[in-house]
Amino acid sequence: MAKILLEMKNITKTFPGVKALDNVNLKVEEGEIHALVGENGAGKSTLMNVLSGIYPYGTYEGDIIYDGETCKFGTIKDSEGKGIVIIHQELALVPEMTIGENMYLGNERGKKFKIDWDTTYVEADKYLKMVGLSESSKVLIKEIGTGKQQLVEIAKALAKNARLLILDEPTSSLNEEDSRALLDLMLGFKKQGMTMIIITHKLNEVSYVADKITVVRDGSTIETIDNANHDIDEDRIIKGMVGREITNRFPKRENVKIGEINMEVSGWTVQHPLYPERNVVNDVSMYVRKGEVVGIYGLMGAGRTELAMSIFGQSYGNLLSGVLKINGQEVRLKKSPTDAINHKIAYVTEDRKGNGLILSQSIKVNTSLANLDSISKNLVIDKDREYQVAEEYREKLKTKTPSVEQLVGNLSGGNQQKVLLAKWMFAEPEVLILDEPTRGIDVGAKYEIYCIINDLAAAGKSVIMISSELPEVLAMSDRIYIMNASRIVGEMKASEATQENIMAAILKSGRGD
Amino acid sequence: MGTGSVSAFLKKYTMVIALVVVFIFFSITTSGKILLPPNINNLISQNGYVFVLGTGMLLCILTGGNIDLSVGSVVCFTGGIGAIMMQRGLPWILAVIVMLAVGLLVGMFQGFWIAWVSVPPFIATLAGMYAFRGLSNVVMGGYSVGINDETFLRVFGGGADCYIPDFIGGRAASAASSVAAGAESVATATESAVTSAAAAVETTAQTAASSSLNLTCLVAGIVIIAVFVLMSIKGIVSRQKKGISSGNAAGEFIKVLIISALVLAITIKLAQYKGIPTVLIWIALILLIYGYVTSNTAIGRYFYAVGGNEKATRLSGVNTKLVYFIAYANMGLLAGFAGILAVARGGHAEPTYGMGYEMDAIASCFIGGASAYGGVGKITGVIIGASLMGVINQGMSIMGISANYQSAVKGAVLLIAVLVDVLSKKEKA
Repeated sequence: MAKILLEMKNITKTFPGVKALDNVNLKVEEGEIHALVGENGAGKSTLMNVLSGIYPYGTYEGDIIYDGETCKFGTIKDSEGKGIVIIHQELALVPEMTIGENMYLGNERGKKFKIDWDTTYVEADKYLKMVGLSESSKVLIKEIGTGKQQLVEIAKALAKNARLLILDEPTSSLNEEDSRALLDLMLGFKKQGMTMIIITHKLNEVSYVADKITVVRDGSTIETIDNANHDIDEDRIIKGMVGREITNRFPKRENVKIGEINMEVSGWTVQHPLYPERNVVNDVSMYVRKGEVVGIYGLMGAGRTELAMSIFGQSYGNLLSGVLKINGQEVRLKKSPTDAINHKIAYVTEDRKGNGLILSQSIKVNTSLANLDSISKNLVIDKDREYQVAEEYREKLKTKTPSVEQLVGNLSGGNQQKVLLAKWMFAEPEVLILDEPTRGIDVGAKYEIYCIINDLAAAGKSVIMISSELPEVLAMSDRIYIMNASRIVGEMKASEATQENIMAAILKSGRGD
Repeated sequence: MGTGSVSAFLKKYTMVIALVVVFIFFSITTSGKILLPPNINNLISQNGYVFVLGTGMLLCILTGGNIDLSVGSVVCFTGGIGAIMMQRGLPWILAVIVMLAVGLLVGMFQGFWIAWVSVPPFIATLAGMYAFRGLSNVVMGGYSVGINDETFLRVFGGGADCYIPDFIGGRAASAASSVAAGAESVATATESAVTSAAAAVETTAQTAASSSLNLTCLVAGIVIIAVFVLMSIKGIVSRQKKGISSGNAAGEFIKVLIISALVLAITIKLAQYKGIPTVLIWIALILLIYGYVTSNTAIGRYFYAVGGNEKATRLSGVNTKLVYFIAYANMGLLAGFAGILAVARGGHAEPTYGMGYEMDAIASCFIGGASAYGGVGKITGVIIGASLMGVINQGMSIMGISANYQSAVKGAVLLIAVLVDVLSKKEKA
């Protein structure tokens, strides 16, 4: 048996009123990739923050034994000094600085009052090569894509002489191709003897890279599963995460009654808002019927969100050409979401915190925002009615909250997603475009969101569901469009669709940049 | 539960408590002088502009921590125009309309750049601050302009007679003693809360024997309290009927009681002096209107929404640019109104009027709990913030502390208020 590099023993961390970690134990062997999985709020990030000294020694109970000695980290600097480097989920790079400046930010080469820029850039280039980037370290961060930025983060960690690298959701903002490259890079590091801990929601990634998997639930470690052969069953992991066997991850559709065509676009072409020479949506034609769930599958960057937002009152890009028909009638929407809402179209964003919700306001205020008129008389809001509406949706969507006066910022991701759905359901649309409706939420909440989607379809609404999770698209949709490089490259009935023929459609279309 | 609710209470009412503490502090250090009727009266009259400008500023701040630096200059500019019009013999009503219109136009001008051209508000209004200060000088030719229109001065609170005439008391001065007697009989009849109120009436009645007590003021105060209490009860009852839990009924009751007591105390003080200053009517009107708009109307809601998350609000079908525009256009309108109050109070316009008013308005919003990032803040907060600054000014003036120290103390109060806000948020995260 290899040497144990890190052992966290009986870690307990309490926040006012909450026990975030309860006697957690974690053992990581030298040279392995150890995955930490669990639902949102299970305590994964808290545990890593304890390890890296963000929560300093003394604010938690228990011991950290690293490389044979008990450590008492007071700051991040202490843990980094020992070679423990954490890469956070949100990229922590300054867009206006060069790659090199970013890599050595807070860790500058040379003297305190005289930075040695030559060494900085030479060393930075060396580490960039190690992560497979060919860019010069003098390029500004804002000029490279998200995938490459994530690699810069890793190069930055290497530059700190990392021995134990912790990656918190490293692929959450990457497309499939970049994700795969990153995971392969991790496997490469492992060969060179690096130890890594990866936190991720994507179970296929876990089974691909991890040697051992530790499941965290409700602040406790449930079990550590061995995955030396990289063949673990995803359902096996989920069972540990939610504490019960999930027999069916997707609810059955009932009352499927598909009616007339509700909304249709044809020849839809949209320019990029800043670079008019680029078409982010190219000659797209599609339709959705009443009571139908239509899936749009595509990799990130395929133009799915751009398509949805341009239909939603041209809230993205400039419409070059294309016809929108609602109930068979041609409609020319003004360049404003208001017009789209008036035509009974709703767009539920993929970015609920950035584009969807007002975190500093209550559930009540968020629920009513898109349809205040319906509960107002002469511009005056009927607040009692507003409360009742919010209460009604809370019950209907099973949002877990003490009251609808609760601030949305205090809710978990799954419950925030429900509030976002409530808001758009209250706007009484006929067509709902759901952009990645289950991104970043846990298995239980996902199931409930699926049920809501089914209910909407059963009520005769048209649902367009954009997703990059293939199993979800296959299980939920009646019909599937496949999008790649700004175009629709395939359409199939769900009954005929399989993982293989969808991927084949994408590969066949190539990456027509 | 016990400690939790206490700390929640402290967090929610930090600034109210601070106001009370500061008031008690000055009551002691000035050996009660700050409580004298003329001083209470001055507290309101002198700070009228802060309430009005703070209200406008709150809307700007709500949209995302944006401020309007130009208001001091706009106050001066509109005031100057009005003073000159009246000096030339034009009717005061026309002057008032022009002053409001000019304020509104200035606000719309700045709002246009901010909303549709995306000029940062700080810069757009900094430009306005320079420009309108200069233009004020141009308009007034660098000199002070006197106002002789008596009606104007009386309506907007300048000169000696800017009080609501005493319709009842003039005839009934002799009746004061009988009121006191009646109050006494009430006192024996009911509970202690009433006793103290009656006792207060009694003492005022006694002072009325020497000076005269303004009964109109007293009656107005009592009517306001009655209406307020009735409306609160009506709200609770209707919510209960609809099955909406109104939260803590006892807490609501205490809140109503405290506010009523406060209104009563102020009316008694004012009645002991010269009655209701006309400025108070204007301030109350503005605060009531905007208090209602921000909490009960769709447009009011949109100020909060834009400040909370602009993109999400736009995607909810709200014309966010219009919201910014309205915030600044409205600020201009209120600056015009504050200009009216300022020249009426001074009895003349000067090219240096209104210097630093924008800072007082901004400070009262932040002291009152508005978030520097937008989306959070209330009109009641502005009232508390403006009152706190007013009390500090007044208290230190009475103590004879120099204006320089007053400014330093105000700065410290602002910093502490924002610190409390920031720290309480940090705890949550």
